[in-house]
Amino acid sequence: MKTENKKYAMVIDTKLCVGCGACVAACKTENNVPDGRSRVWVAEEVSGTFPDISMEIRSERCNHCSSAPCVDSCPTGASHYKKGTVNLVMVNENRCTGCKACMAACPYDARFTVPEGYVSKCTFCSHRIEKGDSPACMAVCPAKAIHFGDINNRESDVSRLLRSRKSKTLLPENGTEPNVYYLV
Amino acid sequence: MSTRINRRDFIKIAGAGLGALAVSGGVGKVVYGLMKNGLSSEDMISRTSTYCEMCTFQCAGWAYTKNGMPWKITGNEADEHCYGRLCTKGTAGFGLYDDPDRLRTPLIRTSERGKQVFKEATWDEAFDYIASKLGEIKEKHGAESVAMFSHGSGGSWFKTLLKAYGTTSFVAPSYANCRGPREEAYMNTFGEAIDTPERTDMKNSRCIVLIGSHIGENTHSQQVNEFAEAVGKGATVIVADPRYSTAASKAQYWLPVKPGTDLALLLAWINVIITEELYDKDYVKRYTTGFDELKKAVKENTPEWAYPITTIKPEVIRDTAREMAKNAPATLIHPGRHNVWYGDDTQRVRAGAILNALLGSWGRKGGFYMPEKAEMPEYPVPEFPKNKKSYKDTDAGMNYPLANLAISSGVCDATVHSVIGGDAFYEGWFIYGSNILKAMPQKEKTIKALQDLSLVVVIDVLPTEITGWADVVLPDTSYLERYDDIRHSQGRTPQLALRSPAFEPRYNSKPAWWIAKELGKKMGLEKYFPWNDIEEYLDFKLKKAGSSLEEMKKIGVKNLERTTPLYIGKGENYKFPTDSGKIELYSKALKNFGFDPVPVFTKHEEPDSGYYRLLYGRSPSHSFARTINNPILSQLDPENEVWINPEVAKEWGIKSGQFIKLENQDNIISARVRAKVTERIRPDCVYMVHGFGSTQKKLKKAYGKGADDQELMTRVLVDPIMGGQGMHGNFVTFKV
Repeated sequence: MKTENKKYAMVIDTKLCVGCGACVAACKTENNVPDGRSRVWVAEEVSGTFPDISMEIRSERCNHCSSAPCVDSCPTGASHYKKGTVNLVMVNENRCTGCKACMAACPYDARFTVPEGYVSKCTFCSHRIEKGDSPACMAVCPAKAIHFGDINNRESDVSRLLRSRKSKTLLPENGTEPNVYYLV
Repeated sequence: MSTRINRRDFIKIAGAGLGALAVSGGVGKVVYGLMKNGLSSEDMISRTSTYCEMCTFQCAGWAYTKNGMPWKITGNEADEHCYGRLCTKGTAGFGLYDDPDRLRTPLIRTSERGKQVFKEATWDEAFDYIASKLGEIKEKHGAESVAMFSHGSGGSWFKTLLKAYGTTSFVAPSYANCRGPREEAYMNTFGEAIDTPERTDMKNSRCIVLIGSHIGENTHSQQVNEFAEAVGKGATVIVADPRYSTAASKAQYWLPVKPGTDLALLLAWINVIITEELYDKDYVKRYTTGFDELKKAVKENTPEWAYPITTIKPEVIRDTAREMAKNAPATLIHPGRHNVWYGDDTQRVRAGAILNALLGSWGRKGGFYMPEKAEMPEYPVPEFPKNKKSYKDTDAGMNYPLANLAISSGVCDATVHSVIGGDAFYEGWFIYGSNILKAMPQKEKTIKALQDLSLVVVIDVLPTEITGWADVVLPDTSYLERYDDIRHSQGRTPQLALRSPAFEPRYNSKPAWWIAKELGKKMGLEKYFPWNDIEEYLDFKLKKAGSSLEEMKKIGVKNLERTTPLYIGKGENYKFPTDSGKIELYSKALKNFGFDPVPVFTKHEEPDSGYYRLLYGRSPSHSFARTINNPILSQLDPENEVWINPEVAKEWGIKSGQFIKLENQDNIISARVRAKVTERIRPDCVYMVHGFGSTQKKLKKAYGKGADDQELMTRVLVDPIMGGQGMHGNFVTFKV
């Protein structure tokens, strides 16, 4: 049964995020991300003119789309959904030839190549969540703005937050069904 | 049309930093030679207790290694400095350990000072050189003529050494160049300082007022944690700042106050609170003195008076004052941290302190709690020699009697021979962990002093601008390779925290405690370091404090029981540690020294047409110049930018991302720096992050990146109360 599979989502509160970049640094050390590369980044979006302005700050990363163009476009099957999940997109580095089709397909610019030649990106810290830990970016966030869990489980924190707060996703018009939500 | 390009047009992607991405294409190295995401069963994981030294907040954490290699640093859950969540810099602490530009071995100068020509030396040779020079200075001028600039935990070992040698002139730029006005303002109001970590009860605040304080960009973890917690619980945030800071983006009220007029705004708030009788009447009656004098003094400071000065509309001033009163006493007028702006800083911060008193927030939930710290007995050492003179006898020491700590520029003044005559007060400097050419303005003054000294010893991890001026450079280890003294700072809970080494010292570097102890031996001062090794010293102290080294290695942080209440009880007969025993709304002490007993607003100089006030602040990825070469952090934030309002940019034809230079009113021209054209700043000022624009070629990642705001600060506005160096006194124009 498909519904028994987990649908992992990240819910990030833009009202709390201060854009400090602790998530970026924690991800880099946790996952040994090579120099000059980053799986997580911070976007600032300013609207209005002085002095009537507003700003949204977002910690961004791979959206672990339920309809992921990177998975569809991968010629070798290296990009795949992790077993037992609807949407946790992983890259099997041994099968990846570094053709970059996935990078071209991803509308979020979430992927990059590492010096060894294969493609890398956010895994929602798959190795940590397997053990019941939270992703490193969530664990470090000093504003506690990042939440993570299974939205197929109605009782999870993320499900509750999405029910009680207004949220959005990035580029939903692309039809990728992204699973990183921003509380606005 | 690609959506990716569209998005890039509208948003600024930080994170990896566009610059870093552009230069690294395919050549980036593998950080630690480990590429696997997960842990295989063969991975050997170990963790060591530490507290951080990336800034001075000293958050406790765990340094993890994987197969003996650096992996990650995470916060210690029991720690109230960080609540288990380190900031960007603390998370990147291994970058300091790993920095290939680190000082590797002791150096002795072989050419003139500042030329950076050194020979490599053994520790023995370096110690011999220093001990012999110190002997000469003591004989000719007295031991008191040696001063030390210090920043960071390791400085304590050198204080012991120098006290044993015979001097007590210890100075930290973090006082007169940073938070000094705050401490004196609160001392002169409540009889107690704010100190670090701040005694703000922010997580319980219902209303937070930030005056130029940019929490979020300033990432002291406890402050960010508690700010976000309060915001999440729906607290009202009021931000007065010429710049739309990150905190302003979380605020219900952003007051883009004209630079230099914050004091007028604060006085108008006090006026409204008093006129509309919104103050806590019982608290004011019970605990304060001088209310009538205060009321009289601020009578004219109405919102209508403040409007043309601050550009903040009277109804906004009234609304925000009422909001503060509505939430009192859980209203926090945040005391800020870096307060040295306009020279009237003690008075400005005191106006905020007075406002806190009127709202009854001192000693109350959601305002300020009453901190406690763990008692920590000293390891017994013989009595230190008596000093015939000290910093207090210098001109600065005598001119600023209300300053509770030494003033860095005053030590410089007391060093320059041409000003003082043949026998200057200071002949030797130790400089520990403090790049004073970046931490203090008017560097030519500092350089003049450096040229006149008989001995300059610099102890640091990295080569910085100041190491170039040393006679002897001693390579300290990073905090991850050493023990330091026990952290027992103030807080809600008295806590102990242990820093222990995760690695052996790299290269030929040595821990600060070892350097001080061994140099002490050379100087015949070994009796002041009577312990055989640092573990014995720490274990002795920890056992007296209710723990042990063995226990602390396992837990990292130990929480002890409080012995006094966290807040002042309602109606409690509390005696404040001031002269009057009350909160001094009107300060007789200030009056006696010839200062305004109640803060008075005085207008500051304004920029001429075509000039803009230069403001500065911090990046969340950096502790100013201290971290700009960090291999991890320099990827996140490689260079600073000058923030310019779009109207101004249009006038000058400046585009975002373009390199420009700034020229101040004394014709000093900055290094080239990128423009950031943004609606987030007033048109009468520009803003840049402090700490960039390194001129030290040995810092390969930081050298020449961005511009140094400090070199443009030629008009220092001195605080007459405590000697603070106000650094918002310069105006700049553009060289496009």
